[in-house]
Amino acid sequence: MSVTVASGQLESAAANRGHRAGFGHLLLAEWTKIRSVRSTVWTLLLFVIITIGLTALITWITEANWNGPHAAPRDARALTDPTSIIFGASIYLGQLTICVLGALVITTEYSTGVIRASLLAVPKRIPMLAAKIVVFAVLMTVVAEIVAFGSFFAGSAILHDRVSVSLGDFGVLRATIGAGLYLMIFGLLAMAIGTLIRHTAGAISIAVCIAFVLPILAGLLPDTSFWNHVNAYLPVQAGEQVYLIHPPSPQLLSAWEGFGVLCLWAAVLMAIGAYLLRKRDA
Amino acid sequence: MIEVTDLSKRFGDKVAVDHLSFTVQPGRVTGFLGPNGAGKSTTMRLILGLDHPNSGSATINGKRYAELASPLRTVGALLEAKSVHSGRSARNHLLFLAQTQGLPPKRVDEMIDLVGLRDVAKKRAGGFSLGMGQRLGVAAALLGDPQVLLLDEPVNGLDPEGVLWIRNLMKQLASEGRTVLVSSHLMNEMAVTADHLIVIGRGRLIVAAATEDVIARGSGHTVRVRTPQPDRLTDLIVAEGGKAVPAANGNGNGTEPNDHAPVLTVSGIPAPRIGELAASASIVLHELTPQLGTLEEAFLELTSGSLEFGHFNAEPVSQSTEGNVR
Repeated sequence: MSVTVASGQLESAAANRGHRAGFGHLLLAEWTKIRSVRSTVWTLLLFVIITIGLTALITWITEANWNGPHAAPRDARALTDPTSIIFGASIYLGQLTICVLGALVITTEYSTGVIRASLLAVPKRIPMLAAKIVVFAVLMTVVAEIVAFGSFFAGSAILHDRVSVSLGDFGVLRATIGAGLYLMIFGLLAMAIGTLIRHTAGAISIAVCIAFVLPILAGLLPDTSFWNHVNAYLPVQAGEQVYLIHPPSPQLLSAWEGFGVLCLWAAVLMAIGAYLLRKRDA
Repeated sequence: MIEVTDLSKRFGDKVAVDHLSFTVQPGRVTGFLGPNGAGKSTTMRLILGLDHPNSGSATINGKRYAELASPLRTVGALLEAKSVHSGRSARNHLLFLAQTQGLPPKRVDEMIDLVGLRDVAKKRAGGFSLGMGQRLGVAAALLGDPQVLLLDEPVNGLDPEGVLWIRNLMKQLASEGRTVLVSSHLMNEMAVTADHLIVIGRGRLIVAAATEDVIARGSGHTVRVRTPQPDRLTDLIVAEGGKAVPAANGNGNGTEPNDHAPVLTVSGIPAPRIGELAASASIVLHELTPQLGTLEEAFLELTSGSLEFGHFNAEPVSQSTEGNVR
């Protein structure tokens, strides 16, 4: 194998010297990383299809087994709060998928060793993480809003004969946009945990615990003012306000306050992750 | 130029790099030699800013790695540990690296051609052979046309053709005036590749010198003497303060096939003096051959006492099948 390194080729890069790489270049690089792994692309595609499909299935079951609001509590709920029936499935399943995706986006860098290549290219480290956050957040916002609006349109169309709900109704547009945003932030929360833990299985487990186990445990808290406050500020309980139109019980936080609290959780965890990323040996 | 100054790194209570100082000059291949676990990989990771030192510093052209504005345009590194996603194609791996530095995609294709991966550039890197993976690593290292190159065990696991390829590449890069630091635990490989050697053991510097000097430093210098009167010569040599031990009566290079005279291995006295001693006592010599030590011997001598096996981390035991590749 000849190694005439073709000085011409090396010079051509030398000619490019001088224009320094900026944050835009890092965004482009992170986008290349995320789109060039087939598993990510397939997971996202399945995420969209399955969540919208499941929403359609559940609303169809509700519709097909309609007994009237006096006979079935589910039907009563569908009448008073149709969006909760519509989003119930997509958010539950969506949360799970997005926890996995969010964690994987950073932990696969560690499991495959790509982190070394990444950090050699961006030795200040934080700009790499920041670019990853932006690219993942934008991608997840798009995908999660497709899921939220897709679920809404599919679900409301199927329920149409029993109960009519449209984006123009009180709180519905906010809840639909909110459902997408909630999923996106949960993805970032999982990514923050991935940055902290650096292990795929561990990060996914913790993210899933926060999403599914913590709310159940919180349900066991004593019904006192103090514990009600604690409960209200937990990630899921606070965050879900943004897609609920008729919360089951009076809530301490409003829709956007709750969403802000969830964002704060994600931000704090990500800040700790960023600090450790800088501090630790890669 | 790479400058390492008083560099130390501990992992827990295990000292991996111990007050290490050396410089690597441009324009030549510098071999970074040491037994497994000597701290070579850790030192390279410290230079590259992947690990943080406990004390001391490492700079490249006067700057710490993290301070480099476009690091891949200044430094190219080939790490021993895998750093490619198995589900990503070679081209996409190089592409994202190029994008971080603002390098055009054209540059990626040039590098793919240079290392001969064009046919598999769009295939998943997970299916690559060791040699192809190593070529991809070299492409990544050369992507930014860097002036400084760090290659950690680049010939590990390569077939003879691959070894030759890497060796010629390193020599070419050095001849272009670049700084080339290449680590290895294979002495023979370094003997033919490196112009200069930095030998470490247990994280400490043992010697930094030109390759010939390191070889010369080994006390492996003996003289092979073939004589029909070994006992008389031995007495003379011992009287002169030297040492003579009978050697296997095998045929060395250039020995008469039918010569069955005994052979001595003499140390402590140079060949000309042995000749003079023999002449003064009228002893017949059939052969008088200075034996140069090999780098391998020098290395073993230098690092004896700093060998360490089965320790906690740093370097996995590498395939030793390449030990005899020349």
